[in-house]
Amino acid sequence: MIFGVSTAKIWTSIFQTLYMVSLPLLAGIIIGFPLAVILVITRKGGLKENLWLYTSLNIFINIVRSIPFIILIVSIMPFTKLVIGTRVGSTAALLPLTCFIAPFLARLLESALLGVDKGIIEVSKAMGATTLQTIFKFMLPESLGAMILGITTGAVALLGATAMAGAVGGGGVGDLAITYGYQRFNQPLMIATVILLVGFVQLLQGLGNFLSKKTVHKK
Amino acid sequence: MIKFENIYKTFASRGGNVQALSDISLEVKKGDIFGVIGFSGAGKSTLIRMVNALEKPTSGRVFVEGKDISSYRGRELRNFRHNIGMIFQHFNLLENKSVFENIALPLVLLGEKKAVIRERVKELLTFVELEEKENSYPSELSGGQKQRVGIARALASKPSILLCDEATSALDPKTTEAILALLQKVNRELNITILMITHQMNVIQQICNKVAVLERGKIIEQGSVIDVFGSPKSETTRGFVRTVINDQLPQPVKEYLRSYSGPQKVYRLRFDGSNADNPVMADAIAASGARISIICGIVTVLEGKVIGFQTAQITGSEEEIDSCLKYLDSRGIKRQEVDFREEI
Repeated sequence: MIFGVSTAKIWTSIFQTLYMVSLPLLAGIIIGFPLAVILVITRKGGLKENLWLYTSLNIFINIVRSIPFIILIVSIMPFTKLVIGTRVGSTAALLPLTCFIAPFLARLLESALLGVDKGIIEVSKAMGATTLQTIFKFMLPESLGAMILGITTGAVALLGATAMAGAVGGGGVGDLAITYGYQRFNQPLMIATVILLVGFVQLLQGLGNFLSKKTVHKK
Repeated sequence: MIKFENIYKTFASRGGNVQALSDISLEVKKGDIFGVIGFSGAGKSTLIRMVNALEKPTSGRVFVEGKDISSYRGRELRNFRHNIGMIFQHFNLLENKSVFENIALPLVLLGEKKAVIRERVKELLTFVELEEKENSYPSELSGGQKQRVGIARALASKPSILLCDEATSALDPKTTEAILALLQKVNRELNITILMITHQMNVIQQICNKVAVLERGKIIEQGSVIDVFGSPKSETTRGFVRTVINDQLPQPVKEYLRSYSGPQKVYRLRFDGSNADNPVMADAIAASGARISIICGIVTVLEGKVIGFQTAQITGSEEEIDSCLKYLDSRGIKRQEVDFREEI
């Protein structure tokens, strides 16, 4: 027992949080990266300029991003039930978390890709690179550091969002802090969990910074 | 090799259309090092980018190796671009890739085998004298070294044309010279035609054999470097030439010339290899009876030849001056009258 809660409960919460951060983050990258690429290449002056596609995607991402996360969880419940088979639990929370993080990551990765020097794009064209080659051989390696930092920002935001997953019984450290700490007036527990979350964030950011630094050779 | 035919380029901008290039026609022959010089905003970058179709002319046609390139699309365009190398003012190297990986890039795009790539990159590193920097990253290199990597990368796919976009403008004078020497080696040893744009006349002077002067989107002068340097027609060109061969008359000399009352002509005479070692002046004086006094002289190297420019005041009677000029013409001395009356 720690602060009136069983050690097992704390460990479960920690694992639930890791679960709810890692999988949606991975899914978010898988969905967000192609969206970011589309945003970058279809914009005005992009490699495959297509303003219709750009504007539609741009507005779509803004709409999804403007929905408060708690509303997002509730509003896609029928869809969650259809896909996951249940509306509650940490697995059910994966879907809304993915919907939350994917467009956010799309934006973060978009800005990372836009940071690539115009001269690099020009050199890729001059070398006769295909669009895919330009993206993967030129833009990706040149923006990797910025992308890792973007993904780190996304991961931290995702960690914050998991606290709300308690609304659908998702559990996790955030939920522990609210239901066992705040609602039961168990201040020491609440403070302890908050410290734990701070530790999480520090670790994530530290890891992100480290990885980003390793890939960047710019002085 | 490269031929521009009546090229016009208009850019749409907020304040109306901007005419970037108008009626550009010029031809770069195989083996040339062709320099296009102009101030910033003259349209040089737009012009050079038309050779590899990074820019498309609004009207007019660009021929490369006899083919109109405007029809190239997709794969055809990419294959065409593999045959043209390009280097840039700011090098445009991938910062997160090593020197080796940067040079290997064009070959990776072509899907070459690892062993082939390794061999070719080693060869290029030797050519640009950067063997020991193979595993360095661009941030660890000096400007000159970066441009060497840029050149090696541009040569990787064995192009027949190299485009240089202000390739030495970000380098100090000493490094500039080394890079120009390397470009000359590229031209001579690999038989690669070079088209370069620059705003530095010394670049043209050092390695080009042909030059075109671009001003506000128009070519105001073009020809062999010796001709353009020898007798620049427009004020802009004269200004450019002056930056490397300054034979402007000092103010007191101009005042002296203005105060001279008898018949006189002031000419800028050009001597090249064939007549440099002959006592042409002495012969001219003996043949015509006119008096020649040299008021300014300069010797330089253009297109690899020693060229001398001497500004001479020719005095005597009208007839003597006339016969002196005729004599100079008969000896093949190119001359251009110098206006000493202008104040500046």
